[in-house]
Amino acid sequence: MPTISLKLNGAPVTVEVEGRTLLVELLRDRLGLTGTHVGCDTSQCGACVVHLDGRSVKSCTLFAVECDGREVRTIEGLARDGELHPVQQAFHEAHALQCGFCTPGMVMSAVDLLARHPGAGEAEIRSWLEGNLCRCTGYENIVRAVKAAGRRTP
Amino acid sequence: MSQDGIGAAVKRKEDRRFLTGAGHYTDDLSRPGQAFLHVVRSPFAHARVKAIRADAARRAPGVLAVLTGADLAREKIGNIPTGWLIHSKDGTPMVEPPHPALVTDRVRHVGDQVAVVVAATRDQAREAAVLVEVDYEELPAVASVAQAVAPGAPLVWGQAPGNTCYDWTLGDEAATDAAFAKAKTVVSLDVVNNRLIPNAIEPRAALGEYDRATGDYTLHTTSQNPHLTRLLLAAFSFGVPEHKLRVVAPDVGGGFGSKIFHYAEELLVLWAARTVGRPVRWTAQRSESFMSDAHGRDHVSHGELALDADGRFLGLRVRTVANLGAYLSTFAPAVPTYLYGTLFAGCYRTPAIHVSVRTVFTNTVPVDAYRGAGRPEAVFLLERLVDTAARATGIDRVELRRRNFVQPDQFPYQTPVALQYDSGDYGATLAAALDKAGWAGFEARRAEARTRGKLRGIGLSTYVEACGLAPSALAGALGARAGLYESAGVRVDPTGSVTVFTGTHSHGQGHETTFAQIVAEKLGLPLDRVEVVHGDTARTSFGMGTYGSRSLAVGGSALVTALQKVIDKGKKIAAHLLEAGEGDVVFEGGRYVVAGTDRAKTFAEVAFAAYVPHKYPAGLEPGLEETAFYDPKNFTYPAGCHVCEVEIDPETGTTRVVALTAVDDVGVVINPMIVEGQVHGGLAQGVGQALLEGALYDDAGQLLSGSFLGYTMPRASDLPAWQVATRITPCTHNPLGSKGVGEVGAIGSPPAVINAVVDALAHLGVRHVDMPATPERVWRAIRGAAAKG
Repeated sequence: MPTISLKLNGAPVTVEVEGRTLLVELLRDRLGLTGTHVGCDTSQCGACVVHLDGRSVKSCTLFAVECDGREVRTIEGLARDGELHPVQQAFHEAHALQCGFCTPGMVMSAVDLLARHPGAGEAEIRSWLEGNLCRCTGYENIVRAVKAAGRRTP
Repeated sequence: MSQDGIGAAVKRKEDRRFLTGAGHYTDDLSRPGQAFLHVVRSPFAHARVKAIRADAARRAPGVLAVLTGADLAREKIGNIPTGWLIHSKDGTPMVEPPHPALVTDRVRHVGDQVAVVVAATRDQAREAAVLVEVDYEELPAVASVAQAVAPGAPLVWGQAPGNTCYDWTLGDEAATDAAFAKAKTVVSLDVVNNRLIPNAIEPRAALGEYDRATGDYTLHTTSQNPHLTRLLLAAFSFGVPEHKLRVVAPDVGGGFGSKIFHYAEELLVLWAARTVGRPVRWTAQRSESFMSDAHGRDHVSHGELALDADGRFLGLRVRTVANLGAYLSTFAPAVPTYLYGTLFAGCYRTPAIHVSVRTVFTNTVPVDAYRGAGRPEAVFLLERLVDTAARATGIDRVELRRRNFVQPDQFPYQTPVALQYDSGDYGATLAAALDKAGWAGFEARRAEARTRGKLRGIGLSTYVEACGLAPSALAGALGARAGLYESAGVRVDPTGSVTVFTGTHSHGQGHETTFAQIVAEKLGLPLDRVEVVHGDTARTSFGMGTYGSRSLAVGGSALVTALQKVIDKGKKIAAHLLEAGEGDVVFEGGRYVVAGTDRAKTFAEVAFAAYVPHKYPAGLEPGLEETAFYDPKNFTYPAGCHVCEVEIDPETGTTRVVALTAVDDVGVVINPMIVEGQVHGGLAQGVGQALLEGALYDDAGQLLSGSFLGYTMPRASDLPAWQVATRITPCTHNPLGSKGVGEVGAIGSPPAVINAVVDALAHLGVRHVDMPATPERVWRAIRGAAAKG
């Protein structure tokens, strides 16, 4: 089995994986980071979005070995020193989550959007979030939260 | 009142764990020595199972067991029961076929459970499942209502001739015939209520554990009502006392009805855990969810509305055939009957209504309650009929509705279809919605759209629904095999903090916040002194769970009742401490006060005295903990008006919802932020049903829409920014005055959307478009009208 090394939420990790192991399986089953969720088997739902070298990716669609030598950030690594990230805080304030299952992927996706386009508007946000399904919120409050976080992000 | 009490838009207590990835959903749980279960499912809609050969699978690496229906039968593990018994109009009970967790001789839908493989890892279980050889002899199948009722159709169950489960009626047929005989105008409409797949984003999952030492079973499962699951597993499957079985529904990622029901896999993980002596986990792949989660809707209906010369509704006739799928799911028999036929009065004073419903078995996944459950189907048919009548009579569609509304001074209003509405003001929600939606200025927007080559339409619906399930005696008379009350426990700690134990279950609804707000209001405590416990049969004594928008109206009422018991007992203690008569002590602002004086004891001081009863009333039990069971006196009747505006591209048939306004009367609101969120979510599912979603089977019963690639889920870019508001009339028969909000969005919006689509196309001669109004359907409707025109 190949051994890979990556930086996970800021800390170095070295682990043996099977070649077929998906990144999401490594995170959830091997490393106990269950904040990243699996909602489908066709790369449609976006519940598994994490950051690879700062960019959002669907962790169900990457092999763990592809992450060797790279930096992975998950929802568990977003808040700093107990302080919610501005996007997490905005989701809380705008009631942008209900059951919470899509939320980690949604937040990680939105963080990437705002890193690229801090002032993203309604249409841009809705278009960007096409890769993240939510069945609870009707998306409206998620859009509001991302907009608000965009205004707040320096 | 506390600033965090009833009516405050308090931010949710539960958010932080979900936002930081710290939630505990069932598939997040891991146990030492755990094994994984994979279900071998039927690839055929209907087939005889001639043989199952599992030797190769049993020899595969890591495999601990391969179990089949024969093993289940040998161990005398019971079938999965259904929760309602409906009788046909001739008095005969419905056909109730057996529903084993694993089939023995025949599969009846794609996805039916044939065997399970238990192995040390998920991959090993999956790989070994491929080695299970099943000899199938394929049989002819029926997948749709049309196929099921066709003469000579193949039978799903030999004991159900014509594939009929029951043939049920409600209302006065003779009076309805008489009403039609004297009508000036009769309109009719054939509608399909499209089959939907719930698709909560968390797939179903289960973790079963068995303790050899004690004989105790523990099940963690993605359930909306763990107590019901425990009752069914204990009484029907394993035949063990309920105290030997603990069912926990931890964080659950959405339900929408699909996680109410007791599913085979819940039984299978427990049985497998007992068999292999290890904890056993199962998590559905999404493709499994599509073929094993109960679907929703799937009605084919004919409706007729009779009007007099003034446009007053005289009579309504409904003939529906509803698809129940291959087996009777937990609530299935109730959905197209008492949650459907009873809704046909709507907001209107129609004096005579007759509803006839035949339900059929098909070789498809079982159909059961999905957000709204029967009520969206009724409201859709009724509101499409009202628009059709407006067009036929030339009476404005808003005026026609107003003219027929039950008026505010007519409550309580007894409908001709069993329900008695307690309160409402349908004119108020209508007026508010029209105003908010800019109804009066619509024609200018239509004309402007025309200059861009777009067809713009506007539509509305006015609806009443029934929720807050339900008075137990009434439900029992209607065929329910369980009571539908709710329980609440309130445990006050010696320092005055409070734990609430509710039998409802929150899987997105925010009970941990709203139930705490009720406590804050009643006891004058800050929210962080209140903890709400739900979803664990070991912690809450009993409960019926969350569905049918019942949690607040029934569970919240139980909580208020339990809190009152706490307050009353506290008053005895306070009176003793204050050396006052009990009748002179009042509880206000979190303090027991001797009326008219400044002598008072705080709630915390009284709680402390209850647990450290050194100075204490003689004969009073120490401690401060109360439980209440609340059985509702009636259903609750949320109502409202939804207005939708669409733009259609006539070249492509693409419909965009450009605005959707919902003004709902959900009774007293505990948390307006959460109410708004609930309406948003319902609207998205309503627009999804109207424009995007549809479960498709081919004639052989193969599920064509078996993944998110083939089933169109609403995405952020498909939906507009919602305009929502509330106009309140309190429920008159529960202590909170709340009616329920979980389903209104999904109930009111589909007819508003389709009425808007038809409005946009009416000038072309289009009179109806079936859901989902996909670009292809709309394009064909436009072309068809042009060809006829």
